[in-house]
Amino acid sequence: MSTTLLLVQVLNGLQLGVLLFLVAAGLTLVFGVMDVINLAHGVQYMLGAYLMVTATALTGSFWLGLPLALVAALVLGLVLERLVIRPLYGRDHLEQVLATFGVILFVNEGVKMVWGAAPLAIPMPDALSGSIRLMDGLNYTVYRLALLGAGLLVAGGLYLLVTRTRSGMLLRAGASNAPMVSALGVDIGALFAKVFAFGAMLAAFAGAMAGPILSVEPGMGDGLLILAFVVIVIGGIGSIRGAFVAALLVGLIDTLGRSFLTDLLKLVLPPSDATQVGPALASMSVYLLMACVLFFRPRGLFPAPA
Amino acid sequence: MRALALLLALFAALAVVPLAADTYVVALVTRAMIFALAAVSLDFILGGAGLVSFGHAALMGIGAYGVGILMEEGTREALIAFPAAMAAAGLFALVTGAVSLKTRGVYFIMITLAFGQMAFFVAQSLSAYGGDDGLSLAARSTVAGQRWLKSPVTFHYATLGLLILITALCALILASPFGRVLRAAKENERRVRALGIDPYPYRLVAYGLAGAFAGLSGALLANLTEFVSPAFLSWHRSGELIVMVVAGAMAASALGVRAGGAGRLGGAVLGAVGVILVEEGLAHLTEHWRIVFGPLLVLLVLLGGWRGRRA
Repeated sequence: MSTTLLLVQVLNGLQLGVLLFLVAAGLTLVFGVMDVINLAHGVQYMLGAYLMVTATALTGSFWLGLPLALVAALVLGLVLERLVIRPLYGRDHLEQVLATFGVILFVNEGVKMVWGAAPLAIPMPDALSGSIRLMDGLNYTVYRLALLGAGLLVAGGLYLLVTRTRSGMLLRAGASNAPMVSALGVDIGALFAKVFAFGAMLAAFAGAMAGPILSVEPGMGDGLLILAFVVIVIGGIGSIRGAFVAALLVGLIDTLGRSFLTDLLKLVLPPSDATQVGPALASMSVYLLMACVLFFRPRGLFPAPA
Repeated sequence: MRALALLLALFAALAVVPLAADTYVVALVTRAMIFALAAVSLDFILGGAGLVSFGHAALMGIGAYGVGILMEEGTREALIAFPAAMAAAGLFALVTGAVSLKTRGVYFIMITLAFGQMAFFVAQSLSAYGGDDGLSLAARSTVAGQRWLKSPVTFHYATLGLLILITALCALILASPFGRVLRAAKENERRVRALGIDPYPYRLVAYGLAGAFAGLSGALLANLTEFVSPAFLSWHRSGELIVMVVAGAMAASALGVRAGGAGRLGGAVLGAVGVILVEEGLAHLTEHWRIVFGPLLVLLVLLGGWRGRRA
């Protein structure tokens, strides 16, 4: 019984980690390559979920809605880059924080006006509903497994894209020395725009996939944004590999901490103290992890080459 | 000169508010001044020493909880509670600062966020003091046994007095040789080190002082609302404080005040008062005021850049 519970929670943790990775990947690319702190990355996750709500309602199908929502998110990403982000290249980080904070306020409120403040739901596709028996006494939702698989697939694809293709090579070159790449005749502005829109689409994919298991509501991206920042800082800013490792680590620690920490504390503390300390300690566990990582490795686990 | 003129004009405007306004507006402006005090304490390290703290609300919240918890335990006296609140927030800043100041740049932003979140979750778990629901104060603090803070106008002037005092103190510290080290290390840390000065202890002391000042603003806020809750420590609030400081600095530079020294602190006061009044004004116009306020922030940054590039 205890082993199966542990296994379920490990799967849940991995699944949160995969979602975090999808959001953090775009964030770390935009930060590492363009040196822009984009607080508005969380609203792109939220927009992905909302676009998915509309796209599935329009087409009546999860599978037709998903590409539609992703294309819409890509277009919105390009628009945001052109209007707000492009004038911010090379500006002070604090000014970027201020401007993208303004974008958060605008989009959160805009979403409330267009879709309403009440939580919405995305219907689960028939093919992925129900649960599957993994072993004796352990049933797990098919959709959550599919989400985990899709996330891992995207992570693998991203790795190949960055390390094996020409676009990936330009991206890595741009990250280490943008003026030099520009001098060699590459349109760095267009490259940045593509990276930004691609990151926006990854976040939207996470939002669209999370939609059927979470409620879709205004501000749903804000908490995830902070966790994604924790992930990219632990992983080392600009490192996709670091973001992947850190995302899984944060997902696992957060999920396992919330489910088991109180019981573990009961072994060493009086039960009343444990029930009070446990949840607080579990909530702060990822931040404790980040503080420790930064204390011993001030540039994260996988620091990008300077 | 313009910097001093801006500060004096702001303080004069805040001083005449109770003469012409009703209780509601006085309370609103008092709230704005409390945030101005917190923004000044943040700008003291942000503008003065280049330390962008994303956990400043936690320091403010610790001050607020200091007053709340002492009152729950039977101590209503501000002359005891306020210094205690400042000491608690200052101590928290010193301890977390000792670790955080080992990191730089974005990593510093994130590690201060981490400590802020830890304080937030601790506040949430304080079930003896309201836990998640927060803690209602029985009444406002007494000053030397007198219930002066009960009157909105007295509270307004007490807050204004403290705001002027702390702003002047921060400006004096930044102008002193101690502050010179902070500002020099912000511009070029390597050179300061080459001169044989390690900026770390200077930054740590400045961070602790900023914590104590933020704690004072929290103590005032707890008295104004007669309520403390974990939301006081949330990262949203830390973000709002950064927005106030940065927006204020940009607005001040648009007015022709050079960003530096006292002029910067004037920007923080302007930013805090401006943000709270603009929010309130827009909220009166429409329920969806953020749809206007968000683009205003974006425009402030984009137009500020246009000015900067021309110069």
